[in-house]
Amino acid sequence: MDLVGILKELTQAPGISGHEGYAGDVLMKWIRPFCDEVRMDRSGNVIGVKKGESGGGSVMIAAHLDEIGLMITKIEKGGYLRFTTVGGVDISILPGQGVRVFGKEEVMGVITSKPPHLQGGEEANQPFKLTDLYIDTGLPEDRVSELISVGDLVKLDGELIELSGGCIAAGALDDRAGVAAMVETLERLTRRRHGFDVYAVATSREEVGGIGAATSSFSIEPDMAVVIDVTIGMSPAVPGRRGFELGKGPVIGIGPNFHPKISGRLIDLAKELDIPYQVEPVPQPGGTDAYWIQVAREGIPTGLLSIPLRNMHTTVEVCKLEDIRRLSLLLSEFIASDLMSLKEGLRCFL
Amino acid sequence: MLLIRLSEAIGVSGFEDEVRRIIRDEVSGYVDELFTDTMGNLFAVKRGEDPRGPKVMLAAHMDEVGLLVDMIEQNGMIRFRKVGGIDNRVLLSRRVVIGEKKVPGVIGAKPIHIQKAEERNKVVDSDDMFIDIGATSKEEAERLVKVGDPVGFSVRARASGDIVVGKAFDDRAGCAALVEILKMDRCRATIYGVFTVQEEVGLRGSRVAAFRIDPDYAFVIEGTTAWDIPEKRDVSPVAELGRGPAITIADAGMISDRGLVELLMRTGDENGIRWQVKRSTTGSTDGASIQRTREGVRTVTVSVPVRYVHAPVGMLDMRDFRATAELVYKSLLKLGGG
Repeated sequence: MDLVGILKELTQAPGISGHEGYAGDVLMKWIRPFCDEVRMDRSGNVIGVKKGESGGGSVMIAAHLDEIGLMITKIEKGGYLRFTTVGGVDISILPGQGVRVFGKEEVMGVITSKPPHLQGGEEANQPFKLTDLYIDTGLPEDRVSELISVGDLVKLDGELIELSGGCIAAGALDDRAGVAAMVETLERLTRRRHGFDVYAVATSREEVGGIGAATSSFSIEPDMAVVIDVTIGMSPAVPGRRGFELGKGPVIGIGPNFHPKISGRLIDLAKELDIPYQVEPVPQPGGTDAYWIQVAREGIPTGLLSIPLRNMHTTVEVCKLEDIRRLSLLLSEFIASDLMSLKEGLRCFL
Repeated sequence: MLLIRLSEAIGVSGFEDEVRRIIRDEVSGYVDELFTDTMGNLFAVKRGEDPRGPKVMLAAHMDEVGLLVDMIEQNGMIRFRKVGGIDNRVLLSRRVVIGEKKVPGVIGAKPIHIQKAEERNKVVDSDDMFIDIGATSKEEAERLVKVGDPVGFSVRARASGDIVVGKAFDDRAGCAALVEILKMDRCRATIYGVFTVQEEVGLRGSRVAAFRIDPDYAFVIEGTTAWDIPEKRDVSPVAELGRGPAITIADAGMISDRGLVELLMRTGDENGIRWQVKRSTTGSTDGASIQRTREGVRTVTVSVPVRYVHAPVGMLDMRDFRATAELVYKSLLKLGGG
């Protein structure tokens, strides 16, 4: 499957939290051939349904569709745009960043500030604050006012490039890499028998609180769920215990947020099939859609598979294609395994 | 004594198995149904005498704050992360047990002799601490411990008269009180005793349990902060040891149902059970998640005052403990509706 092709399209499609529609349209096109039904719900979740052979149960797989970005707060004299952040954007990566502003039309722009020539020595050593920065579109003020309004959303440019060693760099790989893994999982399942119905959900608004995960798991009410997200990739900037190596396989979450029998089945399968994997202990529930899915309704047993990603929440997020492929392999094998016996044991803690 | 056994059991959030087993064995002869759900909440149902009587959820959480192994060093030392709210200053020099096999270890500290003056004035970050199990290499340690294992404090509980000292009274005191209530005579209401999981990491178990039960009323039985050692004169204590169950009117997570608060107070007054009002509005309990389940549940929190909650050693007064169980039970008898 053309993973790079999918990722190029998915990462370039805008999908700032709450406005995932464009990215959703791209995704629907990719998953339609593998699903029995594809829909977008009223929360902005894209849901692909692939019926199982025996029924008798359902499994939800979820990767979030939204990405972090900016929102216009004010049009300054001269047509310069002030903005705020949507989701956890690191201000320090913004100066010099190209953007696309989604007004009545799409408008290109750059984020800029006072030139270094005009900054005193002291000032140059201070990190930029949000209030120091503005977007310059190059357009005259009256044209800017015509096209752009307060509340319009802004996507940070982050074109996908292929690095060496099977690595790629792009913006929004958090979590479009996970979304791509979900597409590939569905594709693999066309060649694999599975009993349970599969609900593949690209969730909305994860970066602003997991809202799409909460609503979709409530409405679907699956017997179990596996979330696909990214986790901190190892780099010189990351303390040794908090990062995971790229290329060493998908990362299986363990801890209170996850059902021990789901984490256990994933680990057993990885061992059995010789798929390299890593383990991430998560002491406190949170950080992914699993936070809400686990406590939807009477509780939905949930697992987590993550792709190690360097430079998270920047426009140069780096991951390895091999990790995505191995994740989709492991997840499709999980779905093809005997989920009925797993389901029966999920309520048994005595 | 059940409270002592529960206090000594390990039940770090997400790993409540040992506590669940003790409670199951303890209540099994006294209830009509006993089952668990997908998160590990333990439900103990005692049918009411009147099938039209109210459905009451009584909740106490089984989990306690603790640690989770997150790395094993080449030299066999074990690094950890905290589960729930623990003050870094109470961690050094503690005895712990790791995993199901309860491998013993200690949280080491740099000897005071070689600490620099500035180190003595600084709190050590838990990320820089380590657990020493006596292993001399990673391989040796990995034979006993694995990444993701829970770590609990190893503390013997002791009783001296009515004063009991031990760990995890938040909320094993509530668990033990709930067991006592389930052993009392059947009443008009159907009691759903729920021993919840994962309270300390976001009030998570109670949320799904309340959704499942859809109760008419909920009482959350807690072990709450007794901060009755005055820092300044004339500062009102949060709750005081020996002065009876502490009724929560409001905390950071919910405002208790006024009717249930009054029911507890009235029941206490009529039966000569001393009670106090919890005089702090910080912190929150399972009540916060139960109250806003589905279309809303009338909820109140009532607590056994415990000194030094979340520390490896706490203290409570058995008179408060007994009075809490009695107050809740006697209140149930007066509950109308259904």
